[in-house]
Amino acid sequence: MTVTRAPAGLSVLDRPNSYIGKTVPRPNLDRLLQGRGQYVSDLELPRMAHVVFLRSPYAHARIGAIDADAAKRMPGVISIVTGRELERVITPWVGVLSHLKGLKSAPQHAIAVDKVCWQGEAVAAIVATSRAAAEDAMEHIAVDYEELGAVTDMRTALDSATPVIHASLGDNLAFERTLNAGDVDHAFSESEVVEADFVFGRHTGVTLEPRAVVADWNAAEARLTIYQGTQAPHMVQNIAALHLGLKEAQVRVVCKDVGGSFGIKVHIYADEMATYALSKLLRRPVKFVADRVESFNTDIHARDHRCRGRIGVKPDGTITAFEIDDLTGIGPYSMYPRTSAIEANQVVNLVGGPYVALNYRARARVVFQNKNVMCQYRAVGHPIACSVTEGLVDLAAAKIGMDPVEIRRRNLIADDAYPCASPSGMKFEQLSHHVSLAKLLQMMDYDALRAEQAALRARNIYRGIGIASFIEVTNPSAAFYGVGGAKISSQDGVAVRLDAQGSVICQTSITEQGQGSESLTAQIVGSVLGVSMDRVRVTLGDTDNTPYGGGTWASRGAGIGGEAALQAAKVLRRNILDVAAAILQSTPAGLDIVNNSIVNAGDGAPRMELNELARIVYFRPDTLPPGIQPELMATRHFVPRQYPFAFTNGVQASWLEVDTETGFVTLLKHWVVEDCGTIINPQLVDEQIRGGVVQGLGAALFEKCIYDERGQLTNANMADYLVPMSGEMPDIEIGHVVSPTQETELGAKGAGEAGTAGAAAAVANAVNDALRPFGATITEIPLTPQVILTALGRI
Amino acid sequence: MKAAAFAYARATSVVNALELLAAHGDKAKVLSGGQSLMPAMNLRLLSPDILVDIGGLAELRGIAVRGDLLAIGALTRHVDLLHSPEVALHAPLLRDAVAQVAHPAIRNRGTIGGSLAHADPASELPACVVALDATIVVRGPLGERRIAATAFFNGIYDTALAPDELLVAVEVPVAGHGSAFFFHEYARRHGDYALVGLAARAVVAGDRFAELRLGFFAVGDRPLLAAAANRLINVSVTPALLAEATTALADELDPQEDQQASPAMRRHLAAVLLRRCVAALLARPELGVTS
Repeated sequence: MTVTRAPAGLSVLDRPNSYIGKTVPRPNLDRLLQGRGQYVSDLELPRMAHVVFLRSPYAHARIGAIDADAAKRMPGVISIVTGRELERVITPWVGVLSHLKGLKSAPQHAIAVDKVCWQGEAVAAIVATSRAAAEDAMEHIAVDYEELGAVTDMRTALDSATPVIHASLGDNLAFERTLNAGDVDHAFSESEVVEADFVFGRHTGVTLEPRAVVADWNAAEARLTIYQGTQAPHMVQNIAALHLGLKEAQVRVVCKDVGGSFGIKVHIYADEMATYALSKLLRRPVKFVADRVESFNTDIHARDHRCRGRIGVKPDGTITAFEIDDLTGIGPYSMYPRTSAIEANQVVNLVGGPYVALNYRARARVVFQNKNVMCQYRAVGHPIACSVTEGLVDLAAAKIGMDPVEIRRRNLIADDAYPCASPSGMKFEQLSHHVSLAKLLQMMDYDALRAEQAALRARNIYRGIGIASFIEVTNPSAAFYGVGGAKISSQDGVAVRLDAQGSVICQTSITEQGQGSESLTAQIVGSVLGVSMDRVRVTLGDTDNTPYGGGTWASRGAGIGGEAALQAAKVLRRNILDVAAAILQSTPAGLDIVNNSIVNAGDGAPRMELNELARIVYFRPDTLPPGIQPELMATRHFVPRQYPFAFTNGVQASWLEVDTETGFVTLLKHWVVEDCGTIINPQLVDEQIRGGVVQGLGAALFEKCIYDERGQLTNANMADYLVPMSGEMPDIEIGHVVSPTQETELGAKGAGEAGTAGAAAAVANAVNDALRPFGATITEIPLTPQVILTALGRI
Repeated sequence: MKAAAFAYARATSVVNALELLAAHGDKAKVLSGGQSLMPAMNLRLLSPDILVDIGGLAELRGIAVRGDLLAIGALTRHVDLLHSPEVALHAPLLRDAVAQVAHPAIRNRGTIGGSLAHADPASELPACVVALDATIVVRGPLGERRIAATAFFNGIYDTALAPDELLVAVEVPVAGHGSAFFFHEYARRHGDYALVGLAARAVVAGDRFAELRLGFFAVGDRPLLAAAANRLINVSVTPALLAEATTALADELDPQEDQQASPAMRRHLAAVLLRRCVAALLARPELGVTS
């Protein structure tokens, strides 16, 4: 069931046979299911070599002599390259942006030079005729390491006794931000104040296809072609050119099918840069496919925050203030080019966001450590902000003896209060917290669930209900990266053209990693043009063959790329009708395009098929009236200008059971109501929500990168790092509220991260609800049996 | 993540396999279902010089009832145990255990002989054969040896099997009148290695245990046949007696610390399992709840 809150009136999308709002199969489904996907991992090129990286076994060490003589004599070895040698081909980088004031980081090399700063940092590249031959040779390289003290605990990273990782930076503080809105001290002095320490495990996005790149330097053309599973081809083009001393025109990035991204593949990794450089150095194609172990050690990690939170509440349930002090450790470098300060920055931006309270004080500190790099992963900062906020709201409710739903009803921003802004300055165009909450309660039958919970408690069965309201940043404008100096485009472009048989070819700068970018583009173009989807062919992921644009990340593909597609299709439609009017001696306003044919706008009578129009335009233009120059290709670009971000909102609920003797949690049911504005394809949106929820549930119960005190990642495999699996997942029921953004004609906001934003908060609140009879409160995830049994005092 | 180079020989008979093992000693590894061996080789944790593939030896495959014994060939796959009517009738504990072993793709390849010879202390089948009082049949250059399951497991990945011997079969006493079985494990996710597990065989007479064998796993370096069970045989089980037994059990265990559970947590979970097992076998739910 969908509640639509759109103003009445027809739009360009309300047309006969519109695909908007319809579940239609993705055009790429058959190709993928028949094994005809084009993944970089499968790509073979003539003379292609394979690179394997020898990686540091130490978290922090000085590199002495590297003896590769024996390895170089191994069969199949083409070259063994150290950081010092590769430095001549590719320059180092520093992952900072100017709008994150004070953010600092040290120069990072494609392959470590002199010093390694985390276990897994590459020390040498072994290029051979096969991956197996390279791995054999790798075992014969001897490296002298002088182990240095490792900085592993974020809580002591800033202590004077702790070694400084980069001497040139002076200390281990990468970034600090403070914010003070309203009068928090005054608000607290007149309220009950509850506080808690929230702890979030470090985790990572586990993609089915690991990071993969084939770099092919063609010396004859002086041109580098990079085949890579990436979310942002033009960003890769810019960065590769910059550090290899090339013009962007000398770099082509091709990105066909990608086996999962989740934000993992929106960054520039040192080993990928090394692969580009090796191809240039060796003048042949070089392939790098990360294996699972090195993926765990080098794919960006995320979360790993410790956040002290305080909330003020009055006896009537009025929340008066929020305060947080957030600390996160990001590894030894700020990641390039998006930086590793964004997550903490988002936490500051988002805490308290759904609520009316205007008093808010925050501090966030980001410190360096000798662990793998951390950076943006699905729902950047949101799960932390949401878990802290919603955890505090539940604690406040418990303190004053109020139902968790009631305290939210009394404090969520009213649905008619928009536009408005949060204490951190976030601008909200139109959110729907109350109607979303009402819908959620109806879907889950909240009162009946509470009654069931009470009845079961009498039989020593402990179930809990957890609610979490959330807001989500989508459709980012240049405010995200561009203003800080990053060459990461916030605009996207779409070109559409009618071919000679009346089919449509569409090139878009957004990318596809399984979320359905190709489908939504075809749905929009087909609907606006009046052409059936099977006649629309979408090309993505090729810097030579698509307009310039940002790609697919930060829940921006549908909202920004979709609007560009709509506007381009509108222009093409107008151009087609202009020609049709000339041919048919009618007027453009008197004609329409329906089902691949020109029809009378008035009575719908067919006048001419599109393929006939195309035939005339392309082959018999001599029969057109004088002066007509048909233009059957149109391009439009779009970027949000009015709002820095299109905020979405929603609310989630979890129903679960805790075995209080074993500490095991069984997820029984999960509900989500979210508002992403116009829904283009309900199935794709629901898949995004469900997938996002599952990643949030993984964080809540299972996923954690476990480091020891020497900075060794001790569970870098699929047996010990527990990704969420279907057997443990509950049914996830999804409802929608639709508040379209007025900034675009399409009205779509993002939906890719909403599920992840609130799932862990709902579960944590539900576990605490279940444990209430025992007086135990847990503010740490993952909620493992060990954590729960410890909190219950059973072990 | 590619295995180092190795030689490969596909055995044509048990005799041929034994010749190959005799020739290569501990430089050889036997390849059965490969579900533990191949990942270890791809991670280069193991680099045998030669793999002796016994996968083609039909004589090692199959399930048959011989008198009071259920004979299971070493190459019998998990999936075969899961669907075998003989196993369901005579040793349902194995069926219940196999349902908890990893995932279908692994059960389709993994074999009982491979699992027992691998001797992972957290895996299910070693605890089952201990609880079932089974006999492990091995063949070597000097002929056949029969080893009681309770004497077979020496430690982590360590068994009574010599490098030149091949595990060929398992013999399980068939379930008699009054037999009852219990299998449960606590794993973080379906198919994961257990934090603690229990495979139990009992003979229940009236309201008492005439026999009770408790095979715990993931509580030490090998499957443990708990002596605490003896306190519960031929007596009327009271909450107090059960509490004594759980205390005695905790003293028997020597659990390891790992990322999922501390020794204290493993002892705690073993006690919970014991209570729930006794409650289920005697059909007295009140015994399963913490006193």
